Amino acid sequence: MSGVRILVGTRKGAFILESDGARKQWDIGGPYFAGWEIYHIKGSPVAPDRIYVSQSSSWFGQQIQRSSDGGESWEPVGNNFAYDGVPGTHQWYDGTPHPWEFKRVWHLEPSLTDYDAVYAGVEDAALFHTTNGGKSWQELSGLRGHGSGPQWQPGAGGMCLHTILLDPLDPKRMFIAISAAGAFRTDNGGETWRPINKGLKSEYIPDPTADVGHCVHRLALHPSRPNVLFMQKHWDVMRSNDAGDSWHEVSGNLPTDFGFVIDVHAHEPDTIYVVPIKSDSEHFPPDGQLRVWRSRTGGNEWEPLTKGLPQANCYVNVLRDAMAVDSLDSCGIYFGTTGGQVYASADGGDTWSAIVRDLPPVLSVEAQTLK
Amino acid sequence: MIRVVLPAHLKMHANVNGEVELEVDGAVTQRTVLDALERSYPVLQGAIRDYSTQRRRPFLRFFACERDLSHESPDAPLPDAVANGAQPFLIVGALAGG
Repeated sequence: MSGVRILVGTRKGAFILESDGARKQWDIGGPYFAGWEIYHIKGSPVAPDRIYVSQSSSWFGQQIQRSSDGGESWEPVGNNFAYDGVPGTHQWYDGTPHPWEFKRVWHLEPSLTDYDAVYAGVEDAALFHTTNGGKSWQELSGLRGHGSGPQWQPGAGGMCLHTILLDPLDPKRMFIAISAAGAFRTDNGGETWRPINKGLKSEYIPDPTADVGHCVHRLALHPSRPNVLFMQKHWDVMRSNDAGDSWHEVSGNLPTDFGFVIDVHAHEPDTIYVVPIKSDSEHFPPDGQLRVWRSRTGGNEWEPLTKGLPQANCYVNVLRDAMAVDSLDSCGIYFGTTGGQVYASADGGDTWSAIVRDLPPVLSVEAQTLK
Repeated sequence: MIRVVLPAHLKMHANVNGEVELEVDGAVTQRTVLDALERSYPVLQGAIRDYSTQRRRPFLRFFACERDLSHESPDAPLPDAVANGAQPFLIVGALAGG
């Protein structure tokens, strides 16, 4: 029988939530790595029982854990993320040069074809790769070294590479996003990169239409149509129909176009989801009402989804890596909040319920559809 | 024999209970003790000292014999009581974060 495994990273450990295909009853496993910050936990699409975890701490640094049995047991693997060559400098918050310093791994993206190959997006922003299951990591330094690196600067959460999208139709193509540098694309497996930020407009940087410097919060694509990209920027929800060569705004009737997450329905490439957040200083939903907004038209026309979500006195946030979808026939949507709730919808967003309500603040949510 | 006490998070990470006991050849210093610790428990590499600089991570402290040795040279001899095993070398997480 089919089932779903939800991998949840929180400020104080990882949790694994499992259900059968009905998605009504859930088993809660964890905390794993209790007390550590779990920025991301994600399974291999090739071998779902191979799971990688970014485990970090301001005290004890970065660790990477992996499981080969679906989370029953874990083993620490390589945790040395050394920048290639002399790291150089990026801009600090005050505009002065600041040396590149490794802080943590924000996002782990397992290969679509090899369970031992994984990409890692780190702070300070860079992209690393392993081909031996995490035992050792090498920087793909063409990204950081492509030319604009000295102009990158941190967002409020740090200068993080938080999004890695692999093109399922072109193994040489990959998209990444950095706060606050913008989106970038490689067409040659990571050797060289170029910024793909044409059409973005950000009033909080000196040149609002600059090639780099935009605070991109999240990118998403549908695997059947990887040339169409969706973006939740600091402000603005954006769409590209040409693999990022140009962007246009699709915020439409959203109550606010600030937010962090964006994701795409598993079977409907033009059905997308966001969680509008009031503003960059008030990181909670407008009017205390937690609402997922769905567009069935690829943007511009949005409807609020409220059934089962708190519609009063709700002041949580939903962070950039904290939404995911499963690929069962009736697509499941999941998101986690800074209040520790993980909400699930088994009907594409029409109705919601909390799988669990009182976890530590949720940093990331990933969904695995198990056959 | 050198006795080392790890903070709880690193005990969990290295899968140890209680104190760690190490043999150190030659001078007993922060560097030689930590080198021996990391040889015995490779998973602690990078968790106590920064990988690239080999300097103490900023939110960790080194105590022994009721003294804070965090700012001593890594090559300075540790107290005799640590070198002869009478007292443990304490690796402590700083009180940060409330």
